[in-house]
Amino acid sequence: MLRLKNICKTFNKGKINEQKVFDNFSLSIDEGDFISVIGSNGAGKSTLLNIISGKVEVDAGTIELKGEDVTDQKEYEKCKRISRIFQDPALGTNPSMTIYENLSIAKNKGKRFGLSFLIDKKDEDLFKGTLKVLGLGLEDKLHTPVSQLSGGQRQSLALMMAVMGNPELLLLDEHTAQLDPKTSEIVMDITENVVKERGLTTIMVTHNIEYAIRYGNRLIMLHRGEKVLDISGEEKKNITKEKLLSLFKDISDRTLFA
Amino acid sequence: MNSFVLGILQQSLIFSIAVMGIYITNRILKLADLSADGSFTLGASVSALLISKGINPFLSLIFSMLAGALAGMVTGILNVKLKIQSILASILVMVGLYSINLRVMKGMANFPIFNYDNIFTDRNTLLVAFIIVAICGLFFTLFFRTKFGYLLKGIGDNENMITSLGINTGTIRIFALSLSNSFIALSGGVLAQYQGFSDINMGTGTMIMGLASIIIGFNLVKHIKITNSSICCIVGTLLYRTSIALSLRIGFNPSDLKLISSIIVLIALTIGNSKEILIPKRKFKSLARFGEGFREVGSKNA
Repeated sequence: MLRLKNICKTFNKGKINEQKVFDNFSLSIDEGDFISVIGSNGAGKSTLLNIISGKVEVDAGTIELKGEDVTDQKEYEKCKRISRIFQDPALGTNPSMTIYENLSIAKNKGKRFGLSFLIDKKDEDLFKGTLKVLGLGLEDKLHTPVSQLSGGQRQSLALMMAVMGNPELLLLDEHTAQLDPKTSEIVMDITENVVKERGLTTIMVTHNIEYAIRYGNRLIMLHRGEKVLDISGEEKKNITKEKLLSLFKDISDRTLFA
Repeated sequence: MNSFVLGILQQSLIFSIAVMGIYITNRILKLADLSADGSFTLGASVSALLISKGINPFLSLIFSMLAGALAGMVTGILNVKLKIQSILASILVMVGLYSINLRVMKGMANFPIFNYDNIFTDRNTLLVAFIIVAICGLFFTLFFRTKFGYLLKGIGDNENMITSLGINTGTIRIFALSLSNSFIALSGGVLAQYQGFSDINMGTGTMIMGLASIIIGFNLVKHIKITNSSICCIVGTLLYRTSIALSLRIGFNPSDLKLISSIIVLIALTIGNSKEILIPKRKFKSLARFGEGFREVGSKNA
């Protein structure tokens, strides 16, 4: 479904702070996969998502989405088919607009943003239904500006907005990292339900090893721009936090002494 | 009505069109567009030139708007396509427009059109100005309720979000700058016809004037529950023009005006920043209403 072939990316090429993130990196993802990606800082997790979503251009290599070469597409062109949730809850919604306005905008994704009025009173039931699923009581706050919501509420709203346009691929960029433990549990539960219900192909970058194990059908560990672990199916079901941590330590030690 | 009050009303209405334009860039896109100073004069000189050529004064205003839109488009292209900071891009356009405006006015710093008919000839000046402002205000209000209007608001609010909808925000930015500057140029054109001449310096300080009116309008007016932005712009302009006119009345020289307007902006800004000192109760009441759990987020935004 998504195919990255021989991706190379170096930041600050030719400068003293040159940083090679990917060198001939390849990754292939099947339709309906829920992949969790873990790795230490600087492993290239965020760059991976940035490359897929078009925020960062690759030096070499190709990106294929459903058989179509999208390597040279601009970010906004790719965004028509890919939705992304960011770590910062402020990035996924329009803070000064109300929940209703935000949902109305999201609902119009992929359609023309012309000179017809945005707000349609008929949408109220649809929006209430969408928000009820979250169980956060947002359905009673439809006309509250999003800036007055908590981080978890905003992130949940951003998630619903992102999936409203039925994206072909959903990218989650440490989307629970800025939330407190309890709220991130809630947001993760919501994420899983929504992804399952809609059968979305999802890539989730996370720092939380437990989440990486618990959610998704495939787990990838990145280290210095390389896949050091790529397990799925039964193998993934049987992995434990301890095993992953020791593997993690192993790799760090190896590179330390290499 | 005495001529002092009448003058203030007429001028306020005319200037408020420019303020609505400045509102689009300053408050909605949240960027500083100094090309306003140039496009105001551009609108005035285009209208004056066309009237002197015998073209219908209303039609000349359409051309003023087109000229303004073009100026805004150049700012937008410099900003979006050539990636020059908006403030620098707009200064470049403003400086360039000075020469262009002189060319439009056939090299004259002051281009009189007293001898030609204009939109106010044989009509009630206040009524004509009011109708034009009403049309602009209505367009302004309705436009920002459309899907396209919401994109503009969204870009100023969180550009990331709009990009994620698969929208090229650059194009929208360029359009918004065009729209803003066509409002400003229209205001310039109407003012040229109102005073009977176009002057190379008449646009100086438009941006500051707009900023002052917006700040006054939104910091003072919003507490009497007016939610319509175009009305806020009009009321803000009215208050600003009144304070300018009063300071002239007290005995300041017209040459002191620029300093006075700077000071008014300064005062308005300071009041704006310290709004919790001036109007504490209301602010905190509205925060409390959102209740437990939101307090952190609320106070961050207060």
